Amino acid sequence: MKVGLSKMGIAVNNQSLFYAALLVVIALYIAWHEKLGLDKDMIIAVIRAVIQLVIVGYVLRYIIHLDQLWITLIMAMFIIFNASYNAMKRSALKSFKIPLAAIAIGTSITLSGLVLAGAIKLVPFQIIPITGMIASNAMIAVGLCFKTMDQAFKDQRQQVIEKLTLGADLKDATLPIIRLSIKTAMQPTIDGAKTVGIVSLPGMMSGLIFAGVDPVRAIKYQIMVTFMLLSTASIASFIAAYLGYREYFNARKQLKI
Amino acid sequence: MQFELKHVGIIREQKHILQDINLTIANGDYITVTGPSGSGKSTLVKALASLIDPDEGVLSYNGQDIMTLNPIEYRREVSYCVQQPILFGETVRDNFAFPYQIRKQAFDTAKVEAYLEQVQLDAHYLDQPIASLSGGERQRVALLRNVLFEPRVLLLDEVTTGLDTVNKTIIHNLIEQFNREQKITIVQITHDAEEIAMANRLLKVVDGRISDESGVI
Repeated sequence: MKVGLSKMGIAVNNQSLFYAALLVVIALYIAWHEKLGLDKDMIIAVIRAVIQLVIVGYVLRYIIHLDQLWITLIMAMFIIFNASYNAMKRSALKSFKIPLAAIAIGTSITLSGLVLAGAIKLVPFQIIPITGMIASNAMIAVGLCFKTMDQAFKDQRQQVIEKLTLGADLKDATLPIIRLSIKTAMQPTIDGAKTVGIVSLPGMMSGLIFAGVDPVRAIKYQIMVTFMLLSTASIASFIAAYLGYREYFNARKQLKI
Repeated sequence: MQFELKHVGIIREQKHILQDINLTIANGDYITVTGPSGSGKSTLVKALASLIDPDEGVLSYNGQDIMTLNPIEYRREVSYCVQQPILFGETVRDNFAFPYQIRKQAFDTAKVEAYLEQVQLDAHYLDQPIASLSGGERQRVALLRNVLFEPRVLLLDEVTTGLDTVNKTIIHNLIEQFNREQKITIVQITHDAEEIAMANRLLKVVDGRISDESGVI
């Protein structure tokens, strides 16, 4: 893998990046011309993306160079914290501990499984990108789980109340909502697995092919990614749903909404 | 006394929905609650159902403050049925299965069929899709779902509103039977003169207060 990227025909330098940035001008022109009101948002997004990626590029170079397990784990925790914070922002619950538990446990179990299976090694240049992929998928699943749960509690409020009045415990009164939330949260990952290779050539596989790796070898990594994303989405949404539903009730088992 | 309410108040958005409610309900009472829309009748019944807690005063059940009681066990004794209830699952059976399921008991077909018969529904109704039921049939199924495990108190929120005479009579007979034979306490919100005449007490709620109470009729 330690073949110079320029030898593989990959030559992104500052000058080519500058020309590529002109593409943003097209997007800005459309936004301005159509009066979409997105110009400011787009400029902020582009500046943020550049700054974040430059910082992460230097940080990753430093961490990979250091090759220390504890620093790698701190970086993984940083990713998990950020993913949890973003999942919380998508939820009406405003609870940080629930997405943190869901994403941390989901990511840790999947990551441990991959390391124990020998699919990846405990080295920063493998652990950090894989943690990012797993935590990001868990974040989307947990966010979707919370969003679905919130809507379902509004739509099925009357039914939940009637089940409570029959003497149901919270779980019995909420079970259809819990199941719907987990199912909806997992659906994009399942759909993604169904169409991988025929509709999308996802990041891991594309990146390897781009870097000159034999596609037959690259798909093995993509298969591994498919497995790990399925595992993470299910664990994270399961934990998020089963911890999340209780937040809709008070200590006297009454609906708060 | 089965229920004792002392200076009970419920406040929402800094406004009293219920204020200074003082009321006692004896075991086996049949009380109808009436009053204008938005007067606080439903809030009063919801407080009795432990769906909301009093912000002021004390609500006791069998001598114990409701706040100290296990809400699940309490709601199994004090059951609440609403107007236009939501039926669960796909079929009528799913609705009767739910009370068994939450008690981790096996479904008792014979008992359920006997109850269905009391509200003039055949045994074949068990497997009827809920979507095919009329409004009156839905209300009868919902009411049976509430009484299948014989609660001590039945709270009814306008359960016969909008029903035809046939359905009303069937439900009236069932309620009267529960009250007379099984001594189940009934607290029923209604505007129906016939139902008010069936009860032994009438409460009138106006602007969050009990404005009038008629004794034994």
